[in-house]
Amino acid sequence: MANVLHIVVCAGIVPDPLQTLEPVTGPTGPGLKNEMVLPAVLDPWAASALYEAAALAAKNPGSKLWLVSLGPKAKLQQVMMTVAQKVPFELVPIDGPIGGFPDAHSTAAVLAETIAALPGLDRAKLLLFGGWESATRGAGVTLQLVGERLGITDQFQGVDQIDLHDDGSFEVLERVEGGKHQVSVCGGAPAVLGWATGNLAEPRNNPQVGMANMRTIMPALAKAKIAKLDANGLSYVSVSLPKQQRETRVVKDLTPDQIAAELVEWIGAE
Amino acid sequence: MENILVLTHADESGSALSKASLEAVTAGKELSARLSAPLTIGIVAADATAAAEVLTSAGTRLLAVSGDAFAQARYASDAAAAEALCHAANASIVLAPGTSRFTRVAAGVAHRLGGFIDTHITALSGTENVEASRWFYRQRVEAVLSRSTRPWFLLLDAGTHAAFAGDGQPAQIEQVSVELPVLRTTVSGFRAPEQGQQTIRPDAKILLVAGAGWTKKQPDGQVHVSEAGELILGFLRGTGASLGSSKSLVDQGGEGNSVLPFLTHLNQIGQTGSTPRHAKGLSTCCHGEEPHVVGWRFIGDRRAISLDPNCGWTRGKADVVYVADAFPVMAKVNALLEAKKA
Repeated sequence: MANVLHIVVCAGIVPDPLQTLEPVTGPTGPGLKNEMVLPAVLDPWAASALYEAAALAAKNPGSKLWLVSLGPKAKLQQVMMTVAQKVPFELVPIDGPIGGFPDAHSTAAVLAETIAALPGLDRAKLLLFGGWESATRGAGVTLQLVGERLGITDQFQGVDQIDLHDDGSFEVLERVEGGKHQVSVCGGAPAVLGWATGNLAEPRNNPQVGMANMRTIMPALAKAKIAKLDANGLSYVSVSLPKQQRETRVVKDLTPDQIAAELVEWIGAE
Repeated sequence: MENILVLTHADESGSALSKASLEAVTAGKELSARLSAPLTIGIVAADATAAAEVLTSAGTRLLAVSGDAFAQARYASDAAAAEALCHAANASIVLAPGTSRFTRVAAGVAHRLGGFIDTHITALSGTENVEASRWFYRQRVEAVLSRSTRPWFLLLDAGTHAAFAGDGQPAQIEQVSVELPVLRTTVSGFRAPEQGQQTIRPDAKILLVAGAGWTKKQPDGQVHVSEAGELILGFLRGTGASLGSSKSLVDQGGEGNSVLPFLTHLNQIGQTGSTPRHAKGLSTCCHGEEPHVVGWRFIGDRRAISLDPNCGWTRGKADVVYVADAFPVMAKVNALLEAKKA
């Protein structure tokens, strides 16, 4: 028997991991040099959450999937051109700052307020998804804070798998120390799930899905509300790139035997 | 004046504090001494008396939340326990280990107390103000930050402080009562990766990073995935090393290609993986930025075996690069390790 779920995925946008990042300090605090022109992608772990959410919604007819994303409207539009082709969803954009330096508590407050006001959302059916950490701030707290603000006290982080049962309960696998998963069974929605990589590959681009999504994405972007994030007493003493550059010794002329002997000595050295 | 609370929890045995918790105790004692601020230690454990024995010589007030409900890591019960401990300690600064157990709940607890949280803290500094160091953009940018608002929760990365070592005498503990909410989640246990063999060893001295080159065609025009797997596992057996992997290698399994059967996404290091702490790291058949820049950030002594003498990601990141085919090198290494053991 299928369960009707209302899945909300919180996903930010981040600079493409292959870009070189250089921090700069401006009048509003630290940021990245040329941040607005750096190519952006959907946050990788949050993208895993989106694909898992779409798969779950597809298995449970009648379910609904929202993607709530906070970022500069122009960058959101750019990223959605690709993401929209992956899976069907309804975008709920919030026009706000990009980057890892704004305070997570402010971000969470804006996200929670937006989710609480989603038309048609049944909180009793709510599964709040997102990445367990972002690739920007990487704090792993925003989703938890949103959950607390929405009064959800069943929360899971580092999730790699969820198996929904007929009665609405689900088994969830969370990453814990030592390369293991903690296995829990939750009574059902509402719950918060911060995803790690999950088990699904990135869906192939589907232009038909993209066209269907873009019909609602463009009007949503046009109406995106503007969010201003408070610092909440957070200040930065310094922001810098790591300076350590190693003097690499490139060894080209040793035989496998000689390299192996050197490595074994190195491994055994205290 | 600041009032410092260190939150700790029991390890899997239930009768001792986790190593990361003891590291947080060390951080708390250092901060307490520097700020001349009182220190309290809070324990979440089924049996706090046993877990607290190591803390006797810490010379601090000990608070505990105990009972069967706290034997397992679960959001609703752990958040209630931590909230009660924070209230009882009236803490302005709360230090906690960045374990999966406390990472799951600390932000929620901070919100309940009207406080704020920063995580992945690698160092605490400052004499008049507390300043915390952490990394942004997956270990690419380092920042030192401070907060004027309290209570301030700081989750400490594992391996950044020495573990506190006490004398194991019975401790005086103040029990704190907790009113639990309705518990809708039951923890049924732990599961190792389906592939069976445990290759992730956080306490290992050395990290072996396997790249996608292991599954590429070799000079004979064939792929040698099973041989690669044997070589890697042989190295792990011989050294007790932990195994990390590049994203591209792990992803091959999802793309229907030959893949090393013992690898999962849990092995992945880098942008969408972990950033482990080990004294040494050996990278093999790996040509990407991810392992060398992001995944290796906290690896002390780094060496790489690569066929590409111009690999831009190893230059400046590794201490030594051996330009060689990893297959024969690792076979020789394993043979030497076996001979050494014999």
